[in-house]
Amino acid sequence: MIYLELFGVFFKIGLFGFGGGYAMIPLLEGEISAHGWLPVREFADIVAISQMTPGPIMVNAATYIGYRVAGFLGSAIATFGVSLPSLVLVMLVALSIRVFKESVGVQGILYGIRPGTVGLIAAAVVFFARVSIIHQPELPPFRGTVGLDSIGLPGVSLVLPALGIFFIILLGSKRLGLKAIPAVILSALLGMALL
Amino acid sequence: MFLSFFKIGAFTIGGGYAMLPLMEQEFVEHKKWVDPVEIVDVFAVAQSLPGVIAINASIYIGYKVDRIRGALVAALGVILPSFLVILGIAAVLLKFQENLWVQKAFAGVRAGVTALILLSGIKLGKAILKNRAAWIIAVGAFLLLLVGKVQAVVVILSSGMVGLGMYIVRQRGKP
Repeated sequence: MIYLELFGVFFKIGLFGFGGGYAMIPLLEGEISAHGWLPVREFADIVAISQMTPGPIMVNAATYIGYRVAGFLGSAIATFGVSLPSLVLVMLVALSIRVFKESVGVQGILYGIRPGTVGLIAAAVVFFARVSIIHQPELPPFRGTVGLDSIGLPGVSLVLPALGIFFIILLGSKRLGLKAIPAVILSALLGMALL
Repeated sequence: MFLSFFKIGAFTIGGGYAMLPLMEQEFVEHKKWVDPVEIVDVFAVAQSLPGVIAINASIYIGYKVDRIRGALVAALGVILPSFLVILGIAAVLLKFQENLWVQKAFAGVRAGVTALILLSGIKLGKAILKNRAAWIIAVGAFLLLLVGKVQAVVVILSSGMVGLGMYIVRQRGKP
């Protein structure tokens, strides 16, 4: 039955997909070709579109594929399937951290994980800057990936305008107290005007 | 609470890390549901577990605020915007992507979000990097990921192990 099949596949992706978004894409691609649900070209389009629509990439992909394969119910089932493992696992971990909060083990691990995650956030800044400002695409080479190469005039560098947007948002948030959501909207408008 | 998560789902473009500045502002500064140190725990857990990072993080925060009910509301809130948007444009999807203005807007968002993540990172760093051990682990994690190309989950687990070691040594050193 198609609904069960959809649920099974997306549950599996939710359970074995470590590392979020891009790291999960190869897993999804394998499942899709194994089931022959969509042509490869359309899959590449979904990935590109997922980057441009709000929300987690895998939720976008599950919704779209579910819809294409089995209509509205299919999209709901695929999305539920990909979220269910998270629901169970995260609650278990949150519960054990709360219960064992005072233990040396949890204290010690958090003692390391906290600064480690700060290091990861710093690395994410560098990664985002490379992709969106300096433009060295490191994303999987899917057609239509939104790098700076797909827009603007050929041969005209977009590094300066992109850097400009970066600094406008940086100063606006730091000095003028610009909030995150208005900042996202302003960046979109600036992108249309400058890039 | 549903609205908070809905907002985050609706304005996060580009996945996991792009969500950090929004979450930090909404849950740490505005609602005060989690403190700056805890939000980093949330991210660490969200990344170390399988699944969608944004959903993991939302469930964690939702669970902390109101147990299972909170977790369910949070998950639904963060999922619904993308679900609705994709359903809404599923028919015209392939045209949407080729629109030049859409591409420009999203390229702009990426550049702006880079600045937002940097600011959140600095803020969280100030709350957490308070001694030399923390700095060493943070720089080590940064280099492992960026230069060593090690997977994020491996970096988090190893910083946990290193932290545990350092913590035990420090406890023993105390009288």
